[in-house]
Order: sequence, then structure tokens, then C-alpha cells
Amino acid sequence: MSSRRSRQQSSSTRISDDQIIDLVSKLRQLVPEIRDRRSDKVSASKVLQETCNYIRSLHREVDDLSERLSQLLATIDADSPEAAIIRSLIN
Amino acid sequence: MASSLTVNPSVGGGDRSRESHRAKKKKKSSAPTKHAKWKSHAQQQLYSSKLRQALARVNTSASRPKAVREAADRVLAVAARGRTRWSRAILTNRLKLKFRQHHHHKRQTLLAPTKKPRFGVLRLRPKTLPAVHRKVRLLGRLVPGCRKEPLPVILEEAIDYIPALEMQVRAMAALADLLLGSSSSSSSSSSSSAAASTSAPPN
Repeated sequence: MSSRRSRQQSSSTRISDDQIIDLVSKLRQLVPEIRDRRSDKVSASKVLQETCNYIRSLHREVDDLSERLSQLLATIDADSPEAAIIRSLIN
Repeated sequence: MASSLTVNPSVGGGDRSRESHRAKKKKKSSAPTKHAKWKSHAQQQLYSSKLRQALARVNTSASRPKAVREAADRVLAVAARGRTRWSRAILTNRLKLKFRQHHHHKRQTLLAPTKKPRFGVLRLRPKTLPAVHRKVRLLGRLVPGCRKEPLPVILEEAIDYIPALEMQVRAMAALADLLLGSSSSSSSSSSSSAAASTSAPPN
């Protein structure tokens, strides 16, 4: 990695490059896009890019799911006899 | 590789990683320590039950999707037990939003100075190429509470945030399926026959 250059900067660099490399590799394991490819030649920039994309897609999924849940909860509230059954399922 | 994880106390949450590492030893030896927390079934069950309770409360007032999302995020942040920045940021942001509606003008003056540190940091820590630095900033904006944090903090937060999000997605999908299944079955058959079938099987 090209981050070796910065070792000369001793002012307030409490974090080592190795630690950063370790963190990036951990992050790489999490993101399925990168995990399934060849793991040797993935640059940090690519890891970060894929991480951003992955988090954005997860956010979208959560938004979609909350949309669905809000609709489902609204329809459930409309039918009052079934609501008791469903509330018992929920609680 | 597993040994390097245990001799890493500088990374936040050392006790937690040691505890979960012991639990993880039974399952996998190569898996990272913190993720076990978000992948365990027990955690997902706990989150699901708390989410249901929260949603039952939300639903009485107004079931907007935004309210559902906020409740889900809040319960997720609570499940993180306040040990990560993103969870603390989610919980404090809710308070900030409430204040912002009332003290709109006061907040605006606070927002302006936050732009400056971004350039200052660039001069102090040019440890990565500007492209990577830009991506780190992007990532910092995506993870709640990490806008002004340095690179290693953002990476650590992201490493915890992603499995938490995955668990949130799984739990909400399961909950949606449960509600969909129960609502469709109750709407297709009449309430009396549904009650009869659930109470006792005819035999």
C-alpha cells in the first residue's frame, strides 16, 4: 500500500499503518462484493468504494422494509378482530 | 491470525472482544470477534421482540415509514449498548432533531463551522491519496456520527455498523413476512373459522 510514505509524519500519528491495514482487511471480509472476488489485489480505494455502496444498499433495504412494515401495520390496525390475534403474536 | 485479534487492546471495546472471542472459539476460530454479536440468533430475536414492542407503540399515533425506520434504528442503537459511536449518534440525533424544530435559528450558526475542519485535517494527515481520503469522508457521512472522525475510527465504526445493519434487515424482513402471513391468512378466511382452526384441530 502507498501509505508507507506517511511514516515520516510523527506528529500525532498515534495510529500505525498496520492497524489501518488490519481494519481495511476486516472491512473487506464484511462486504460480500469484495469477499467473493480474489482478495489479493483489492486496493483500499476499492474496498472503501464497495463499502459505501454496500451501506447505501443496506440503507435502501431498510427503507423499503420499513415502508412495507408501515403498510402492513396500517392494514392490520384496520381489521379490529384480527388485531387482537396479531397483537398476541407480537407480544 | 486469531492471536493478533486478542492482543489488540487499543481498539475500542477490549473486554467485549475477549468475552465474545471465548464464545466464538466454539464455533469458528477465524471469524472476527465483534461480529458474533450481530450474527447470533439470540441477538436477532432480542432485536425483533424489542422492535415489535416499539412498533406497537409507534403504530397508535401514525404509521409513516419514516417513523418505522426511526424506531428500527433506535432499537438497533439500543441493542449496541452504546459502545459504538454510531449507536450513540443515532440516540442523540433523535434529541437533536426534536430541538432543531424549535431552535432552528440557533442550530444554523453551529452548522457553519463544521466545514472548516475538513480542510484542516487534509493538511495534517495526508497519509492517503486524496481519492481514498474522499472515499473515507463519504464513508464517514454514511455511518452515523462519524463525519469528523479520523480514518481508523471510521473504519472501526463501519466494521461494527455493517453487521448490525445486516441483522436489522434480516429481523425486519422476518417481521414483515410474519405480518404478511398472518394478515393474509386472517383476511382470506373468516374470523370464526380461523379461531376454530387455531383453537382445536377436529379429530
